[in-house]
Amino acid sequence: MQMATLLDESGSLAVRQLSVYYGDKKAMGPVTMTIPGRQVTALIGPSGCGKSTFLRSLNRMNELIPDCRVEGEVKLDSESIYGPGVDAVAVRRRIGMVFQKSNPFPKSIYDNVAYGLRLDGMKDRSELGGRVERALKHAALWEEVKDRLHESALGLSGGQQQRLCIARALAVEPDVILMDEPASALDPIATAHIEELIHELASEYTVVIVTHNMQQAARVSHNTAFFYMGDLVEFDTTQVIFTKPNQSRTEDYITGRFG
Amino acid sequence: MSRSSLRPSRWPHVGDVVLWLATGLATLLVLVILAVILIDVIRNGVPRLTLGFLTKSPTDGMTAGGIFPAIFGTVALVILMTIAALPAGVATAIYLHEYARPTAFATRIVRIAVNNLAGVPSIVFGLFGLGFFVQFVGGGMDKLFYDGDKVFGQPALIWAALTMAVLTLPVVIVATEEALSNVSPDVRLASAALGATKFQTIARVVLPQAVPGIMTGAILAISRGAGEVAPILFTGAAYFLPTLPHSLHDQFMQLGYHVYVLATQSPDVDATRPLLYATVLVLLVLTFALNASAIVVRSRMRRHLSRSHG
Amino acid sequence: MNGNNLEPVRLPNRAPRPTLASAPSGVDTASTSSVSAERPETMPSQSPRRLASRRPPLVERTTELAIRVLAYSAVAAMVLILIFIAKEAWPLLTSATIHREVTLAKMWFIQQWPGYDAPEHIWQPVSEIPKYGVWPLIVGTTKVTLIAMLVAVPLAISAAVFVSQYAGHRTREIVKPAIEFLAGIPSVVLGFFALMVMASWFQDTFGFDSRLNALVAGVALSFAVIPVVFTVCEEALGAVPRSYVEASAALGAARWQTITRVVLPAAAPGIAASIALGLGRAFGETMIVLMASGNAALLSANPAESVRTLSATIAAELAEVVFGGPHYTVLFALAVLLFVVTFGINFIGDQAIARMKRRMGVAS
Repeated sequence: MQMATLLDESGSLAVRQLSVYYGDKKAMGPVTMTIPGRQVTALIGPSGCGKSTFLRSLNRMNELIPDCRVEGEVKLDSESIYGPGVDAVAVRRRIGMVFQKSNPFPKSIYDNVAYGLRLDGMKDRSELGGRVERALKHAALWEEVKDRLHESALGLSGGQQQRLCIARALAVEPDVILMDEPASALDPIATAHIEELIHELASEYTVVIVTHNMQQAARVSHNTAFFYMGDLVEFDTTQVIFTKPNQSRTEDYITGRFG
Repeated sequence: MSRSSLRPSRWPHVGDVVLWLATGLATLLVLVILAVILIDVIRNGVPRLTLGFLTKSPTDGMTAGGIFPAIFGTVALVILMTIAALPAGVATAIYLHEYARPTAFATRIVRIAVNNLAGVPSIVFGLFGLGFFVQFVGGGMDKLFYDGDKVFGQPALIWAALTMAVLTLPVVIVATEEALSNVSPDVRLASAALGATKFQTIARVVLPQAVPGIMTGAILAISRGAGEVAPILFTGAAYFLPTLPHSLHDQFMQLGYHVYVLATQSPDVDATRPLLYATVLVLLVLTFALNASAIVVRSRMRRHLSRSHG
Repeated sequence: MNGNNLEPVRLPNRAPRPTLASAPSGVDTASTSSVSAERPETMPSQSPRRLASRRPPLVERTTELAIRVLAYSAVAAMVLILIFIAKEAWPLLTSATIHREVTLAKMWFIQQWPGYDAPEHIWQPVSEIPKYGVWPLIVGTTKVTLIAMLVAVPLAISAAVFVSQYAGHRTREIVKPAIEFLAGIPSVVLGFFALMVMASWFQDTFGFDSRLNALVAGVALSFAVIPVVFTVCEEALGAVPRSYVEASAALGAARWQTITRVVLPAAAPGIAASIALGLGRAFGETMIVLMASGNAALLSANPAESVRTLSATIAAELAEVVFGGPHYTVLFALAVLLFVVTFGINFIGDQAIARMKRRMGVAS
């Protein structure tokens, strides 16, 4: 897989021979790729191809599923996240996740964003307030909620809730943000907001986004990985994938010959 | 950016261990309590538990013989209670679930009444039974039909049964409502689409499917009816009767009431102890059998439901 | 069909199909509320084709009426209960004969009794000078209820957390039925157990003066409350959406943090409901206290002393009273008190829970 720019900057994820098993059945892999830091990488492919499973193994969320086994290696910069004795909880502080269906806690907007910070023991109100504000600004939500921070998060619209979840993930200042079809449950306007946001986030964070919407991948990402039936078929810059892919299966998918 | 390194930590979070341990111990303690009670009753009650115990009447001042009259009385009470409670309870549930508009004033009143009825202390039911059934209704009947002779205007099987029916009404209502809501809406739509009236849909499609749930409710109500004592203290239970009740206006012996009196008012505690423990054991076995059958009915119903929606 | 000389196929004679021409207005007022879907029928002899509404047969209509009437049985029961208990207690407020012996004021306010140094609240209806001070009973009820709740609530909630968050399938299959069985044990059996076994054990271990006291009764009462609180709590905890747990884990929370910071707060309304239910159960319970509390109407804060609760008082004394006399009337008044307080607890509980749900933003 030739990469246009393979800078091992902070925030890159080096994946080596990663496979995921549910019981005895192999769900995905082996996959080897290096996700560059501070760029947006999109994972595309038909449903059931393993892209979400792959995503969830990048922050060890697969471990919440019983009977799930992971083989291979994933390194965040130079540290292996599956190393012996490495705490999954610590991994998830550095690699955050936003889900397909927004899932704010039934708490206030402020408490949602402050949740991760409080886990660490942060108590000072001015410090918390500052971090909350920064996270909400980063997620382009501050202006809309700054006057109702202590109202319930469930009163926000779908698009706002999703941006709140992004703010919540940003508050702990991770290196990487994983997004599992973040806009698929949203209307076109809210989707556009999210895509704009992703674009801005790339300057400071590594973003990996799973999407079934190819046009979205083309709009938003620097690099694209095409998954099919649990295997990584091709990984290259978005421009290459969408204009002159190397694999015929990639080309077939891009041109809509199957979906 | 705060950069905590992914340093290997060999220890699971202290908090996880503590929480798991504390909650696990609490659970264990609850189970131990149950076990202690059961073991004590079984150990002391089994020796006395013979066929004769179940079929004979008590003798020698409750120190020998059996408790058949109490079993008979309990069964009679429970049967009458169910006959009274089932129609009213099922009807209320059908009304609430199928006919009533959720926001209508009448609906809310009924719901409030059901919820609060469930919370009324059992002794208050007993007083109600005394004041309303025994004295008002029974006394009235005596004046009308018996020239003032005391026939129905005193503690009697029928009044105790009706009092218990009022007490267990919420149990039947709740179980029936749950059963009704478990009937899939698809089936109702299909029936309506074939041109059935609401009543026909309920009678021919919904209710038959809800029968297991209603049965569960009935069984649970029966279980309560067999065990509650306070409501029948003044409405019909008696400690020792020479004959079995053979009419609705007779008094009756009852297992729970028997335990109460034996335990608190027995002149010779040691002598009556074996009979007492054995009675408790019978009561527990009865309750257990009823609860277990309710669970079985419920789980079979759930399996049936999930299969048909699979 | 150009140039087709074939005869169109004739279908065998059939009755004219019903038409769906709309019915003239005014037909729908016949049916009751939002009920019937009407079956279109043809009456070939009627010229204007319309949907005649079929009158439901008598059986149906009667049964529907019966359902509506019976549906108010619960309401009727509540009303009747209140009426008939209040009716028997009413003379306490109105009858002069009763007032010679006891009045509402004498029940609630401290009285100076002859032969005593200082004014005291005493409940002693059966004596030369009948005394109806109600506070010893209230204090007794509070003591026993408090002890029961203090024991039951932490145990039940902890067990619910364990079963819903940590326990595997097999453990759950053992614990849940076991607790359901505990729930099914009649209170008279629990009272029996307290009286025969627990009282002696407590006395041997702690050396109490009174064998039967508030502590024994309270602990035994907690056995009845635990299943109530557990069942509702466990359901509430299990109903917390998995998405919250995932979100919390993805933010780097350890399991215990997720449970304490997300799951428990999200289940708070259900947990509150369970406590309210348990409180109601503890407050109104009769048999356990009747058998295990010692039945001495003492006014003291010491849990190791015998007590009398409101419900046990009624149960114990009603058998011996003169019908219609002052003692009888007062006992019914106590029942009214019980009824009203229980209603109040339920009401406050419901309001608190509704408010909690609203604050969390969850549609109730």
